[in-house]
Amino acid sequence: MKKLKFIPVILLALLFLTACSSKQSSSNEYQEIKASKKIYWGIRADVRLFGLMDIKSQKIQGFELDLAKALTKQMLGKDGKAVFVQTTAKTKIPMLMNHSIDVLLATNTITEQRKKVIDYTDPYFPAGQAIMAPVNSKIKSIKDLNHKGVNVIAVKGTTAVVNMKKFAPKAKVLEFDDYGQAFSALKAGQGVAMTTDNGILAGLISQSKGYKLVGGTFTDEPYGMGINKKQPQLRQALNKALAQLKKKGIYAKLEQKWFGNIKGLKL
Amino acid sequence: MWQAYSWINLDFILKGFLVTIEVSVISIILSFLIGAVLGTLRFSKIPVLTPIIAVVVDLVRNLPLLLMIFFTYFGLPELGIKIGSFGAAVLALVIFESAMISEIVRGGIKAIDPGQMEGARSNGMSFFQAMIYVVLPQALYHMIPALLSQFVSLVKDTSLATIILLPDLLYRAQIVYSQNPAYTIPMYILISILYFIICFTLSQLANRISKRYA
Amino acid sequence: MFDLFLQNWQTYLSGFGYTILCSAIALIASFILGTVFALLEITETKWIRFLAKTYIEIFRNIPLLVITLFFYLVIPTYFMKISGFTAGTIGLSLYTSAFIAETIRAGISAVGDGQMEGARSNGMTYLQAMRYVILPQAFHYALPAMGNQWISLIKNSSVLAFVAGFDLMYSADTVAFSTYHVIPAYVITGCFYLILTLPLNFYTKHLERRA
Repeated sequence: MKKLKFIPVILLALLFLTACSSKQSSSNEYQEIKASKKIYWGIRADVRLFGLMDIKSQKIQGFELDLAKALTKQMLGKDGKAVFVQTTAKTKIPMLMNHSIDVLLATNTITEQRKKVIDYTDPYFPAGQAIMAPVNSKIKSIKDLNHKGVNVIAVKGTTAVVNMKKFAPKAKVLEFDDYGQAFSALKAGQGVAMTTDNGILAGLISQSKGYKLVGGTFTDEPYGMGINKKQPQLRQALNKALAQLKKKGIYAKLEQKWFGNIKGLKL
Repeated sequence: MWQAYSWINLDFILKGFLVTIEVSVISIILSFLIGAVLGTLRFSKIPVLTPIIAVVVDLVRNLPLLLMIFFTYFGLPELGIKIGSFGAAVLALVIFESAMISEIVRGGIKAIDPGQMEGARSNGMSFFQAMIYVVLPQALYHMIPALLSQFVSLVKDTSLATIILLPDLLYRAQIVYSQNPAYTIPMYILISILYFIICFTLSQLANRISKRYA
Repeated sequence: MFDLFLQNWQTYLSGFGYTILCSAIALIASFILGTVFALLEITETKWIRFLAKTYIEIFRNIPLLVITLFFYLVIPTYFMKISGFTAGTIGLSLYTSAFIAETIRAGISAVGDGQMEGARSNGMTYLQAMRYVILPQAFHYALPAMGNQWISLIKNSSVLAFVAGFDLMYSADTVAFSTYHVIPAYVITGCFYLILTLPLNFYTKHLERRA
């Protein structure tokens, strides 16, 4: 009988946790941002060229960080502050949904499935899925991966994992928490190839010899900034700021700065 | 291999070492205090409160720490608290470790001769006075080895917070070798030594003290 | 939350299976290794004692996650292919064996020297005396402490999620970050862990009370 006392308490604990997880619709985030002069940007620290922790300066650097800074200035004026919160492919959407961040600028592909839970701005970067393999690999395209017993490396929560089920259903996908760990696993021979967006793979190849892009892109998946549902004002403001940056030539400058020297990457 | 230990890399890793130590020290202090209070409350058999604490402590003790880390990191922001990875890691560690420590404290109090409590009570002390001035000091003294080995676990457990991108020792090592894979082994050797130094010192201390009692 | 489970029960069950498998293998392996190292730690040869002690201290004082990642990333580069599940199970076995060795050693010293002397004077060899007289009693003394180690072992098996080991925590990640119902997905995972750990917890407490 004494043990039965546990049950109501356990139920209470569960109830509390479910209550935590119910999404409350938030107020107007754009007004909040304007009042606090602060934007919480969700960025990456494991994607070369887009957002990567630089060991020497101990700072995160990349195209998306520069873009976020420029957008913040454009939207809030000179005293606007960009706060950067690190995310991974796995955590980025839950962190947007639970309001850890205001805007997601983290190599985030626009997909129909994600549109059910978050909203997107206009695309800001043209991306598509590609394959990376060792230089001496015989893999020529996605078809070569579609065999039983083939291990392919990807990152948790990316569209690449979903696409693999469509394009190479027979392959086994090993998922890792971030691109650094995934690339380490590829180098350790845990898989024959790694798949994700072309820009990300290009960044990985640019830093270490012995790997190549094979077969070009086989999907068309541009990146968009992610924001929470029911925030039309924020979305409008971001789209407007992005258009202005493109018009002023600031966007082209950033693109040239980060992607100008990468061979085989067509934007 | 020796290039792995360039000054730039070492500096980068040492900053992570400081984060590991910072998280460990804060969590050790907080979880010790909370654990001591919870352990005492569990021993004192207060109706309603004690059973609730017992259930919560048992639940927490029997779940992986990784789950606590996810709950604090993803759960609290939904309640409007922007906690960040440092706060989430410390909070999860404190919840988990204070549950573990409360068990140690409860066991320690139990081991003290009940006559001590009775004696103090008959000298006019209240239950909590007797607890704080007579029973707890002795109990804590005998618990030191068990507590220290729990703190060793805590220091090791901080490495799990890399999953929420806490920039600690392990996470920073991963950044270094993911950008230069030839450094994988040197980095693991380096961080193993650093973890070992803290943990071994603590556990040797525990051994010394428990030998003195034996 | 119930819907979430119904939609993803296969993912959870397969993860649960891998967690049980990993825990079972690691439990047996760490018990055997732990016993061996406990015995080595009390031999009369100094250098063997030193080696055993070194092994135990290394695995006790380095985080399990670091050990596991080391096996996962380093072994394939230099020796042979190793899956995340294997690397995780090896890491978990070695890590836990260091703790088991300490509890068994404490159990042996609780038995007392007199028993060994008695058994030897009755014509048993050292190993016979260990096997038939000392160890059975030592295991008995060590059982409550070992129970706690086994609870830790089950909880610690969650490091498999870091190396794509397909365990319960890895499955939870899959569900949490494909459905975006993060907290409910992990609450369900927690229930699965409790199925394994709570009975062991009550059993251990029962043993402790009896002792």
